[in-house]
Amino acid sequence: MKNPLNLIIGLVASLLLFSLSVYTVDQRQAAMVFQLGEIVQVHKSPGLYLKLPFVQNVRYFDTRILTLDAAEPERFITSEKKNVLVDYYIKWRVFDVEKYYVSFNGDEVRAENRLFQTVNDGMRAEFGRRSVHDVVSGERDDVMNLLRAKADQDARRFGVQVMDVRIKRVDLPTEVSESVYRRMDAERKRVANELRSTGAAEAEKIRADADRQREIIIAEAYREAQKIKGEGDGKAAAIYGEAYGRNPEFYAFYRSMDAYRQSFAGKNDVMVLQPNSEFFRYMKSPRGGK
Amino acid sequence: MKLIKDFLRVPVWVVQRYLLWPLAAVRRGVPIAMAWNDPQWGNSGKRDGPPDLDELWRNFNRRLNGLFGGKGSGGPQGGGGGREFNLPGGAGVLVVLALLLWLASGFYIVDAGERGVVLRFGKYLETTQPGPRWHLPYPVETVEEVNIEQVRTVEVGYKNNVKAKVLAEALMLTDDENIIDLQFSIQYTLKDPEDYLFSNRHPDEAVKQVAETVMREIVGKSKMDYVLYEGRADIAARATKLMQELLDRYKTGINISKVNMQQAQPPEQVQAAFDDAVKAGQDRERLKNEGQAYANDVIPKARGVAARLLEEANGHKARVVAQAEGDAARFKQILAEYNKAPQVTRERLYQDAMQQVLSSTTKVLVDDKQGGNLIYLPLDKLMQLTGAGQSGLDIQPQPAAPQSTPNTTTPQDSLFRSRDAFRSRDREARP
Repeated sequence: MKNPLNLIIGLVASLLLFSLSVYTVDQRQAAMVFQLGEIVQVHKSPGLYLKLPFVQNVRYFDTRILTLDAAEPERFITSEKKNVLVDYYIKWRVFDVEKYYVSFNGDEVRAENRLFQTVNDGMRAEFGRRSVHDVVSGERDDVMNLLRAKADQDARRFGVQVMDVRIKRVDLPTEVSESVYRRMDAERKRVANELRSTGAAEAEKIRADADRQREIIIAEAYREAQKIKGEGDGKAAAIYGEAYGRNPEFYAFYRSMDAYRQSFAGKNDVMVLQPNSEFFRYMKSPRGGK
Repeated sequence: MKLIKDFLRVPVWVVQRYLLWPLAAVRRGVPIAMAWNDPQWGNSGKRDGPPDLDELWRNFNRRLNGLFGGKGSGGPQGGGGGREFNLPGGAGVLVVLALLLWLASGFYIVDAGERGVVLRFGKYLETTQPGPRWHLPYPVETVEEVNIEQVRTVEVGYKNNVKAKVLAEALMLTDDENIIDLQFSIQYTLKDPEDYLFSNRHPDEAVKQVAETVMREIVGKSKMDYVLYEGRADIAARATKLMQELLDRYKTGINISKVNMQQAQPPEQVQAAFDDAVKAGQDRERLKNEGQAYANDVIPKARGVAARLLEEANGHKARVVAQAEGDAARFKQILAEYNKAPQVTRERLYQDAMQQVLSSTTKVLVDDKQGGNLIYLPLDKLMQLTGAGQSGLDIQPQPAAPQSTPNTTTPQDSLFRSRDAFRSRDREARP
């Protein structure tokens, strides 16, 4: 039974030793091997590596893209001396592990502070040179690109690559917002009034146009009607003329008789007559004579 | 037996390849990288060629023996490997069982919609498709499963419910320096599980950061009315594109599938004014419609009036012409007769007319030669009496009245009578 025991002890011991002398570097990491505090090796690619147990130790660094997102919006002053609240984020990653370690002792927070300082200073300068409108819309891209380039240039010395600097919010402070709201309010009222009055104007226009059309239609119809009536009257006159012209004297007589009949048609007409008129000639004597 | 042997082949190979051999190499002073390229073991990463099992087993034993001072039995002959251990039977079974368990821990299932990302010693090896899979057990290989087809959502400007606004995220400045209140959400899936796992520390947070910066950039470059009304779809499309560009630049492996504009409205402080402006637009339309309604009422009526005028005129014309024709025809008839006997006809017409006139009127016959100088005629009384319709009043100074009661006769009667009178007179006249 001595051999198996030895075997087991030997196995355990070798496993222990083995575990102390191998290490893996993850896909997301880079590793640095220190030998008694001195950097002896940098591993940028992942995989399994060997080291000397006890004398060498390994430090890992996250090489993924990290985000520095400002917790509170920063207050900057623009060229027209207006305050704006800005928040932004920075995408960065460890690019040169050795420099990064030397500069920040591998401390992410220190690296972020440094980055934040750089970008913040740059932003203050850029905002101070531009108006609110420029940073909100016109030159937003320029500002971001400038800051990225500047921060990247600065950070490379520390083994850090700045992937991007992006402005998120550019807001006005509360007290300024209030006045913006008041202006928006007034503007809308103006628009509303304009809409209503143009509406009324257009309605009036439509009404007036309708009235005009009515007048024209009726007047034209009147013209036409008078014309027709005139035609009728003319034709009638022609007919009368033709008929009566055959004997004007008789017509005068005939027409007068008719007129007398028409004129004295009611009991309200009182005639005071003398019996010596032509009509009464037989009333005096059957001879009708004088 | 063959099956078990085949099954064992793999772990034995692994142990030798990654455990025993490097140790031996270290002992021999060979650099580890070179040792791995030793042709005896095939190339790393390829699993197609484990060496012959028996030979491996013999090697294994030999090395074990070598390691522990050559105390194991050195017998290289025989097929069954187990016999060459000097362990008691029970311990051997235990070791085999432990090995089996270890191997079994390498099984995993990739669900539908997921991908398995296999890392060997921390280094990316492969991405596996859905289905049951096996990897070399820990600590050699590890698997991370990533759900790439699940639709994930990020909300900006609100939490869970559109009404629960997060104003700090929602309020944005526009190009014309107005402020709007915008709520939107982003739906995304993954397109590259490796990038998603390895490139960013918190890839999901990047989506929200990118969403905020992109949306504010786009809104900052747009006019307020455009964002609020007509430009919503366009803004969503542009945001999708820009966000995707940024996410690709960060190598997040994320695919934006949709940007939903939940709400775009003016801030609460000015909401009332905006609503009123919208209402004013409606009012304007209403006023215009009312005007149109008036027009639609007036113009057809005018056309009606016009039509009436024309019809009346036509009627007048027809009437006048017809009357004229009638009158003319009548006159011509009479004229024809008159021409035959002018004197008689003229006389008859005269008498006729006079009869009708005198029979229908109130008459006072005065013979001034007979009476005195003055006759009192109470004309107003006469009028009153006749107006009241009293009959049988003949105030005639002449005793010989031709008719006793002319007042009672109706016009028709008088017509008949006059006709009779004419006839009788005609009769009288003829002889």
